[in-house]
Amino acid sequence: MLNYVMRRALLALLVALTVSFGTFALFYFATDPAQTIAGEDAPQEMVEAIRVQYGFDRPITVQYVDWLGGVLQGDFGQSYFWKQPVVALIREHAKVTLLLAFSALAVTILIALPLGISAALRPNSWVDRFALSTAVSAQAIPNFWLGLMLIILFAVTFPIFPVSGDSSWRHYVLPALVLGASSVPAVMRLTRTGLLDVMGSDYIRTARAKGFTGYRLIVRQALRNALLPIVSVLAVQLGNKLGGSIVTESVFSMNGLGRLAVESIFNSDIPTVQSLILLFVLTFVLLTLAADLINAWLDPRIRMG
Amino acid sequence: MSTESLLEIRDLSVTLPTDSSALRAVRGVSLDLRRGETLGIVGESGSGKSMTALALMNLLPPAARRQAAAIRFGDDDLTAMGEKALAGRVRGRRIGMIFQEPMTSLNPVYTIGRQLIETITIHGGTSVAAARRRAIELLEKVGLPDPASRLKQYPHEMSGGQRQRVMIAMALMNEPELLIADEPTTALDVTIQAQILHLLSELQRELGMAMILITHDLGVVSRAADRIAVMYAGDIVETGTTEAVLSAPRHPYTQGLLECVPGYREASARRLGSIPGIVPSMTGEIRGCAFAARCPRAVPRCHQEAPPRRPVAAGQGDAAARGFVCHDPEETRGLGFAGGDTGAGPAIRRGGDSVLRVDDASCTFSVRRGLFGKRKPLRALDRVSLDIRKGEVLALVGESGCGKTTLTRTIMGLQTPDAGTVTLAGRPLGEQPARQRARLIQPIFQDPYSSLNPRQTIGDIIRRPLVINRLGDAREQRARVHRMMEYVGLPSRVFNSFPDQLSGGQRQRAAIARALILDPEIVICDEPTSALDVSVQAQILNLLLDLRDELDLTYLFVTHDLSVVRHLADRVAVMYLGEIVECGPGEQVLNRPKHPYTRALLDSALSIEPALGVPAPDLAGDFPNPMNRPSGCPFHPRCPLADQRCRQQVPATETLDGTLVKCWKADTPPSGPLDFCPDHNNKEDAAP
Repeated sequence: MLNYVMRRALLALLVALTVSFGTFALFYFATDPAQTIAGEDAPQEMVEAIRVQYGFDRPITVQYVDWLGGVLQGDFGQSYFWKQPVVALIREHAKVTLLLAFSALAVTILIALPLGISAALRPNSWVDRFALSTAVSAQAIPNFWLGLMLIILFAVTFPIFPVSGDSSWRHYVLPALVLGASSVPAVMRLTRTGLLDVMGSDYIRTARAKGFTGYRLIVRQALRNALLPIVSVLAVQLGNKLGGSIVTESVFSMNGLGRLAVESIFNSDIPTVQSLILLFVLTFVLLTLAADLINAWLDPRIRMG
Repeated sequence: MSTESLLEIRDLSVTLPTDSSALRAVRGVSLDLRRGETLGIVGESGSGKSMTALALMNLLPPAARRQAAAIRFGDDDLTAMGEKALAGRVRGRRIGMIFQEPMTSLNPVYTIGRQLIETITIHGGTSVAAARRRAIELLEKVGLPDPASRLKQYPHEMSGGQRQRVMIAMALMNEPELLIADEPTTALDVTIQAQILHLLSELQRELGMAMILITHDLGVVSRAADRIAVMYAGDIVETGTTEAVLSAPRHPYTQGLLECVPGYREASARRLGSIPGIVPSMTGEIRGCAFAARCPRAVPRCHQEAPPRRPVAAGQGDAAARGFVCHDPEETRGLGFAGGDTGAGPAIRRGGDSVLRVDDASCTFSVRRGLFGKRKPLRALDRVSLDIRKGEVLALVGESGCGKTTLTRTIMGLQTPDAGTVTLAGRPLGEQPARQRARLIQPIFQDPYSSLNPRQTIGDIIRRPLVINRLGDAREQRARVHRMMEYVGLPSRVFNSFPDQLSGGQRQRAAIARALILDPEIVICDEPTSALDVSVQAQILNLLLDLRDELDLTYLFVTHDLSVVRHLADRVAVMYLGEIVECGPGEQVLNRPKHPYTRALLDSALSIEPALGVPAPDLAGDFPNPMNRPSGCPFHPRCPLADQRCRQQVPATETLDGTLVKCWKADTPPSGPLDFCPDHNNKEDAAP
């Protein structure tokens, strides 16, 4: 197991480094930070001065190592637009996004797993049909529309929850529902097909022949096998929520990382955009690693393979 | 054997709903089983034998519906029991079950120990410690060394034979009164099959269990069962003692089935019997006798009236024990299936010029475990030499993992040997362009379900080699395809059908037609019948032999089934761990084997001999992992004759009575039967 953990961790590190260099190179070739800082109409001499002052005239590898060194020490640079350290910006916005993403994940799990499991246990029953039609409609409904509908219903017509903002737990209920609902179809379907596969497998037949039935059959024989694909898909979905809640944050006017990303892009705030991209990528790398490790813990074949 | 009745099934039916109508998988089966008795249920695929067993404990797929007048087990009526009562009191407790696929029948994410122990603890009343002791005791009994440490292992750490032993131990944990074994050895190699069957019969005697053995293999059932029930199209058509049914079958289907088995009549018989037609569709009502359409003795009445159940020779004990379901229009038996020209006599032995030679071919793969693991060599072929002569059938025999597949791939030019050469038609294979090579050598594969492209029509599949080689225009090609389809016995109406519209036998005929359309020199038949039912196997074997005579073909026939080898091989080559250990004329190798491994293989093959039981375990241990080759003679860890020299020096190939043998002990004929299993506790993992 230790061997496996080391191997996966090393791979994750490799991926992270490659991607970080990729992002860095992209900005190096595609933008001129000196021009951006100086402003569109600044004279050429001023731009050149800024280039030298900030070190943008050095070779890309030097700049990358310099930047990476900073990142490793927790220094993501200075935001051009907000004129403060990027770290402080991210810290300020991350709280909202983390809270939103994890409550959305909880919503996904609480809806998708029970629905998927009950659909798999009674294929072609009304539960199954209900689950499948829920999945289809949830997939078809756009995020922002669902958000607006929920606002109209639960914030305007029946003012139970606030319309927008992020200052209390009540502000998170509707956005979490919207963001969570978007992952329900994928996770529900996977739970259903995964558990159906497991329930039709030879070893479940063996377990039934041994005297397992009902709840004990599912919990003590099937669940662990069925969890393997679900863990992987949940990791990806959580990654999406942490990095891609831009629409939801906008609809509910929440000041999260998504909003920060959008505003940095509009204002060509390269250090912030760059840091956010790196952060989102690292989030995915770490989540995939976590999913792999959880699966290895669940499945001896992965652990020992 | 006690005469007390243990199980009584009356009028059991199983129906599976399909899209259009209901499939009647089991149609009114009645069965009796006494305590301690072994009943063999025999039938081809789709006959309903597994469904019958699953219906007993109500383990059927969720959609299936079960109906029965009565299923009495001891003092209980199983039809009256709900799911909870069945699970708690019967399943795994009073009835144990072993399934066909040991590779998938154990839960992959839990240890062997947990799975054994929970078999007891789920039923309550026993402590985990006591259950653990029982698990260790049983693992010992089924011949797994070091059982205490086995408990911590996961299924994927074990071989198929070892997993099946675990399955047996699991089924026996609660000392059931009845053990149901559903094709327990079908997925295993012959030597392991003999070990497992022997183990089962020993344990059964020891524990006084009754057993239902479900199998398609008449050889297996003839050795292991006290009584036989033959199933056809969801019903039992004949029952009786094994001896009586197999030596004097009364139902035409039983007779036909036996005629299909190679070596059942006499080994020299040129053609096997075959049952014409296919099993009727089991949706809806079957009028008259289900077998009537395929029965050579059928009279008009057979097609209209359901046949009566006839007891045979009342007075020979229990009348119910021997009976068959047939109008029995003629009291004569044993006619009809013999397949016509038996007068052709023994095969014309042809030992013409060599068409293909393999000289000292070696093939080593390097296998790496994991991303950063070390590469280790796997020697799949070790200096193999072989020649195939014009017009002969050369059989290549050996257990899985012995290198058969690598050898055939090398011969077809799909695998380049690291050393040595393959010469085809006088020229080195490597120098010949792929297209020409393919015109001379064509393969027929094991599984006709996956070796034909599902998106192409049968006509296109057979024609494809002509198109690739640009032989003739479209009209000529089509004519050739039709002619070839006629040769292999495919009706011309399937020209535009897709593979999934054909039966297994028809698909294999299409595969044969595709292989033969280029008029190849050599056809490589890789287990061409092992995915097929006995009656279909007989048709295909007959066809292959006929085609050889008509088209002047040469076969390299790869198989693990020694009765098939006996039936059709001119010469036999036996492989073990990448080496050919014995190679010679068929009658020499099969009747006077020189190599202990050949002898062990022959002893494990279960021919139909009701008078004989399952032979004692033939071979110590499992087939070794090719990654850890033993030193000296690769067979020495499993060989009863092995001495110091065998452990240290690789034997040279020598010629004895026209047979090539690679063994230090080949010239010392054993006195009496070989004891292949000197130490009980050392059965498995004899290899270091």
